[in-house]
Amino acid sequence: METEKTTGLESHTQAQTAEKWRKYLLPVGLLLLFLLNILIFMEKFGFNFVNRYYKGILILTFINIILAVSLNLINGITGLFSIGHAGFMAVGAYVSALLSINMGEWGFLPPQIQSIIEFPLVLILGGLAAAFAGLLIGVPTLRLRGDYLAIATLGFGEIIRVVALNLGITRGARGIPGIPNHTNFWWAQFFAVITVVIIWNIVRSNHGRAMAAIREDEMAAEAMGVNITYYKVLSFTIGAFFAGLAGGLFAHYLSYIAPRSFDVLKTIEILLMVVLGGLGSITGSVIAAVVLTALPEVLRFLQAYRMVIYAGTLVLLMIFRPQGLFGRAEVDLTVFQALKSRAAEKTKSQPGERGGNGDSA
Amino acid sequence: MSQLLQQLVNGLSLGSIYALIALGYTMVYGIIRLINFAHGDIYMVGAFVGYFALRGGLPLPFAFFLAMIIPALFGLVIEFFAYRPLRNAPRIAALITAIGVSLFLENLGILVLSPDPRPFPQVLPDKSIISYGDVNVSLTQFLMIVITLALMVLLTLFVHYTKTGKAMRAVSQDREAAQLMGININRIISVTFVIGSALAGAAGVLVGLYIPRIEPLMGVMYGLKAFVAAVIGGIGIIPGAMLGGVLMGLAETLVTGFLASTWRDAIAFGLLILILLIKPSGIFGTSSRTKV
Repeated sequence: METEKTTGLESHTQAQTAEKWRKYLLPVGLLLLFLLNILIFMEKFGFNFVNRYYKGILILTFINIILAVSLNLINGITGLFSIGHAGFMAVGAYVSALLSINMGEWGFLPPQIQSIIEFPLVLILGGLAAAFAGLLIGVPTLRLRGDYLAIATLGFGEIIRVVALNLGITRGARGIPGIPNHTNFWWAQFFAVITVVIIWNIVRSNHGRAMAAIREDEMAAEAMGVNITYYKVLSFTIGAFFAGLAGGLFAHYLSYIAPRSFDVLKTIEILLMVVLGGLGSITGSVIAAVVLTALPEVLRFLQAYRMVIYAGTLVLLMIFRPQGLFGRAEVDLTVFQALKSRAAEKTKSQPGERGGNGDSA
Repeated sequence: MSQLLQQLVNGLSLGSIYALIALGYTMVYGIIRLINFAHGDIYMVGAFVGYFALRGGLPLPFAFFLAMIIPALFGLVIEFFAYRPLRNAPRIAALITAIGVSLFLENLGILVLSPDPRPFPQVLPDKSIISYGDVNVSLTQFLMIVITLALMVLLTLFVHYTKTGKAMRAVSQDREAAQLMGININRIISVTFVIGSALAGAAGVLVGLYIPRIEPLMGVMYGLKAFVAAVIGGIGIIPGAMLGGVLMGLAETLVTGFLASTWRDAIAFGLLILILLIKPSGIFGTSSRTKV
């Protein structure tokens, strides 16, 4: 998928301005996150700066970040147009919710330790179940190209929903109530950060480059020796795993799930985040997830018009800026490299401080 | 046995709805290679135009006519404003735009018409005109099948024997070559959207008469299933859409009749995945290999 069809001059100046403020994006973002953590940590000392409502939005933001970044791995990095992400989310949500509800005392561990490791374990099992579903779905359908793949993944997403609607264990349309309310700010943040770091590193590994090669030109990638099926399935399965994880967090946040929470609209909501941020940009997905989770809350007075505005935005975005906010650009990590080298220079210029043998070792 | 026959009749009438919608999908896909996700919502527009026309006291044929004209205009406008600027954009951009247009129409519908389902005016007498033992064909079902057949015959004649139809086939074969032959591509694409949308509008009224309940989100499922029908028959191929639609209707009523109605939606997509795995180009499709 081509992006940025601007003339050379335009893209040059655009890139320069983008370069300037992208430098500050990561430090500012991390600083804000740090301040947020402090504010919420103050609760331990009896200061309630952030009320339940805002904390709920923050948790949903983290869940949406996981969903958007994982869908971006499939859609943006590997170029497989999947629109069944809510289905994987549903698998993770149902599996982890049912495990949580039915998990009694393990017996071989003290209850205190069990209560700590139970929740992440359940989430990961939910993610693995979703990954398995992704594998099952991916192997046959990933032979399909473009539109066919899109419609097949959509079909599978719907099938998962219909299965949840019909099975006895999922209680059909009534849904599952009474899921333990384990998801708090810390867990949601922890898993969101882990997800972003893992996917960021995947994208910058050999595997990620193989996936990007598939996106750019499947045939050329195959000719260069990239095992197309393997990497497509890998990308799909990893994406499904994190979607399942997010589903588990979602279930343990709302403590109630029903099939209708995971319909086509949910997928499209996630897709909108990915597209708005820029297909292929993890930074973009994170920022778009934050914006699109917060925006509806800010624009509550526009509630009735919300979805109309969303949809209109999507169309206008595609017509006027199809590459999204970020295109494929990411945050600038050179800030840290600059800090590091500056620190290194400092030690070099002041050898006396470290006894003169600091950097020679 | 008579239950099976009755289910076949029901399946055929439901299938004719799917076939009518599927035609729009297949024609648009054949010509610009775009899954027009908004097509299902055009069908919803048709149903609502029919609803308001009948509520306003217009006779059925006139309401039917209106329910074809107004969706056709919608199709024309959508193509012009949303899809035309993306004619040379990457296909994924066009696909996302189509999803956006679909969402836009659905939510505009919810906003303007309220999300509650409404009863469609029952202007046809509820009687069966053909009875054979326990098997009954109601007047509505009869009309559905006959009107669908008539529209399909007209469409086939149009595509095969008029100059515009010939141009449509040319564009779907090779857009650039068609342009070089002096065909006005934009006009042909507009005509395709108009015809497809008019057929969907007709389907909207028919389904209103058959299942007397309409709502702004009714296009989502019908649209998806009709698209599946188009894929099953072989996307871009007009007879394929007809066959696929009928197959889809039959499969669905048989599952509803003999299994459980809650599995209905899964069957449609199960069928899709099955066909994609066995023969991705559809029943009537010829497979083509991508060459470098």
